[in-house]
Amino acid sequence: MAEFLRAYLTVAVFAGAAGLLVALLSTLGWAVRPSRPSRQKSIAYESGVDPAGTDFGQSQVRYYIFALLFVLFDVEAVYIFPWALRLEGYGVFGLVEMGVFIVILALGLVYAWRKGVLRWV
Amino acid sequence: MTGDPLFADGFDWVVLAILVAKAVIGFTIVVVGVIFMIWFERKVVADMQNRIGPNRAGRWGLGQTLADGIKLIFKEDLKPDRADKPVFRLAPYLSVVPAFLTFTIVPIGGVFTGGNDGGVELFGRRTWMQVADPPVGVLFLLAMSSIAVYGIMLAGWSSGSKYPLLGSVRATAQMVSYEAALGLSVVAVVLLSGSLSTHDIVAAQAGSIFDWNVIATAAVPFVVFCVAATAELNRPPFDLVEAEQELVGGFHTEYSSIRFGMFYLAEFMNTITMSAIIVTLFLGGPAGPVLFGPPLIWGTLWFTLKLLVFLFIFVWLRATLPRYRYDQLMDLGWKRLIPLSLGWLLVIGAISIGRDAGWNRPLTLVGAFSLGVISWAALIGAMRVAKLRRGGDEFGELSTATERVG
Amino acid sequence: MVDTVVFLVAAVVILVGALGVIFSRNPVHSALMLVMTLFGVAVLFVAQGAHFLAAVQVIVYAGAIVVLFLFVIMLLGVDTAENLSSEPLAGQRPAAAVVAVASVGLLAVLAVRAVQVSTGAEATTLPLDSERSNIAVLAEVLFTDYLFAFEVTSVLLVIAVVGAVVMARRPRPAATDELEDDGSDGDDLGVERHTQTEAELA
Repeated sequence: MAEFLRAYLTVAVFAGAAGLLVALLSTLGWAVRPSRPSRQKSIAYESGVDPAGTDFGQSQVRYYIFALLFVLFDVEAVYIFPWALRLEGYGVFGLVEMGVFIVILALGLVYAWRKGVLRWV
Repeated sequence: MTGDPLFADGFDWVVLAILVAKAVIGFTIVVVGVIFMIWFERKVVADMQNRIGPNRAGRWGLGQTLADGIKLIFKEDLKPDRADKPVFRLAPYLSVVPAFLTFTIVPIGGVFTGGNDGGVELFGRRTWMQVADPPVGVLFLLAMSSIAVYGIMLAGWSSGSKYPLLGSVRATAQMVSYEAALGLSVVAVVLLSGSLSTHDIVAAQAGSIFDWNVIATAAVPFVVFCVAATAELNRPPFDLVEAEQELVGGFHTEYSSIRFGMFYLAEFMNTITMSAIIVTLFLGGPAGPVLFGPPLIWGTLWFTLKLLVFLFIFVWLRATLPRYRYDQLMDLGWKRLIPLSLGWLLVIGAISIGRDAGWNRPLTLVGAFSLGVISWAALIGAMRVAKLRRGGDEFGELSTATERVG
Repeated sequence: MVDTVVFLVAAVVILVGALGVIFSRNPVHSALMLVMTLFGVAVLFVAQGAHFLAAVQVIVYAGAIVVLFLFVIMLLGVDTAENLSSEPLAGQRPAAAVVAVASVGLLAVLAVRAVQVSTGAEATTLPLDSERSNIAVLAEVLFTDYLFAFEVTSVLLVIAVVGAVVMARRPRPAATDELEDDGSDGDDLGVERHTQTEAELA
C-alpha cells in the first residue's frame, strides 16, 4: 500500500462514516415519519400565495463578476502557498517577484473597483 | 516533512485498528460537540436576551438537541413539486460530509514542548492526536470549504422556489468572496511555520505565547481570518443567507423533517470545526502551561478551553450584532479584507526575509509599513482625483453608499 | 492492491462523471457531474503522490471554476431541459460531428502509439527529491526557471477580470439624486458612459 494513500485513509473512513450518518438518519426518518401528501403541501413556499412565474429564475450578472474575481484570488492563493513555504530560500528576489505578482493581480481588483462593479447597490 | 509516525514502520492490523479508533473518537467528538453546541448556543443567547432558554428536556435542558432531533425525524418530509429531486436529496450530504472532514486535520492534544514531537503512544505505536495529517493540511481546509459551498448552492437551486434560490446565490457569492480572504490570511501562518501541515503549524507555536501565530503575525491575519470564518459559516452578523425577514429561511426554506435537521447539524458542526481551526492556526492549538500532573492532559484541556472561548464568541456575536447589508458585506470582503491580507502578507514576508538577512528590524518594519500606507494613500488619492475630474460619483463608495441610504 | 482498487474506483468515478456531463439534459446536473470528474482526478493525483496538485484541483477547479459555471448557468436561466429538435446555428451539427470524429481519431492514434510518441521518459512513482516535499520542489522550479510564466499568469488573470468587468458593468447613474431612473435599461455595455466621460474631460 502506497504511503501517500495512508494519510488519506482515515479521511476516507471519516467521510464514509459521515455519509453513513446522513444516510442512516434519512432512512430512519423515511421509516418512521408519516406521509400524507397533498397538492397544497408540495407547492413551493411563496409567503402563502400561489407561486408566480417559472420555477427557476435568472440571477444577476454581478454574482458572476464576484465569482470571476474569486477565481483570480483563488489562483493567486494557490501560487502564494508554495512561495510562502520556501520564502527563506528565495530571499529578496522571492519577495520582489511575489510583490510584482500581487501588485498585478491587485490591479485587476482595483480596475473592477474603479469601474464600479464591486459596488452592490 | 515526515507525516504521522503511525505509518513509519509498515501497515498492519494494529495500525488499521488505531486508524479506525481515531476515526471513531474524532467522529464522537464532533457529534457530541454538536449536540452540546446547539444547547450551548440556545442557552447563552437566551441568557443574553433575558430569557430562560431550553429547560425541559433533561437537567438544564441538556437533552434539548436530542429531543429536537427526534422530533424532526418524526416529521413529514415535504418536497416541492418543482424540486429537482435527486439534487434535493444530495444537498444535505454535501453539507454534512465536508463539515465532518475539516475536523480531521485538527490536533486535539499532544505535548510539543521540551523536545517532544506531539506524539502519543497507543498499543506500542506512536501517533499524533489528530485524525489525519495530510501533507497539504491547510489546503485541505480550503478544499473542504469550497466543497461545502455546493451543499448550500444546490439546496437552494434544487428547491425550485424563489426564496431558496435567492438565499443560495447570495450565500455562494458570500462564501466564495470570503474564502478568498480566508485563504490569503492563512498564508501568513504558513509563511511563519514553513509548513502546510497542521501538526507542524502547531509544533511551530509550541514555545512561549509569543510564538503563537496570533502574536507572531501581529494579529492582522488573525482578525481577517476570524471575520472571514464568520462569513464563511454564514453566522451572524453575516447570516444574510437565511435572513429571516427577507428570505424566509434562505436556502433551506423548502427543506423539512430530518433533511432540514442535516443543514442545522452541518451549520453547528462547521462552527465547532472553524473554531478549532482558528485555535490550531493562530492560538497554538494545545499549547499552554502545564501546572501539575501529566502534560498530555493539559494539552487537551487548553485546547478545549480555547475552543470554548471561540464558541462563546460566536454565540456572543450572534446575540449582539445586527445583520450586515449585502453591499456592506461585499465591501468589507473585497475592499478591506483582501487588500489588507495581501498587503500584510508582503509586510510579514519582508520582515521574515529581513530577519534572515540581518536587516535592522524596526527599520524594516517602519519601511514596509510606510510603503504600504503610501501605496494605499496613492491609490485612494488617485481614485479621488479621478472622481473629482469626472465631477460625479463614479465609484465613490463613501458618497454613493451613504447618500443613497440616507 | 490498494492502489489498484483506488485507481479503479477513481477511474469509474471519472468516467461516469464525464459521461454524465455529456448526457445530462440539465446543465446544472452536467456541472455537478463535472465536479465528480474533477474530484476523481484529484484522488488520482493523490494516488500519484501529487498532494498539492490534488488540493489545487479541488480548490481551483471544483471550488472556483465550476461555481463560475453554475453562476453563468443560473445567470442565463437555461437550467431547464433544452429543446433539441431545432438546430440553433445552421451547419453546427455536421461541423460538430466532424470535429468529434477527428478528436476521437486523434485520441485513438495517441493511445495506440503512446509508447513511441510520448516523451520517452519513464513514468516515475518516486518523488523527484526524497529529502524535500513535493511542494517545495515544485515551488523552486516555479519561482526560478518558470518565473516569467508565473508572472504572465497574473497578467492573464487580470485580462480575464477586465473582460468580465467590461461586459458586466452597469452604466453610470446620471447623478446621485436621480438614481431611481437613469433612463438606461441596465445592459448597455457602458458605451454611453464612455462618451460622457470624454466629453467632460475635454
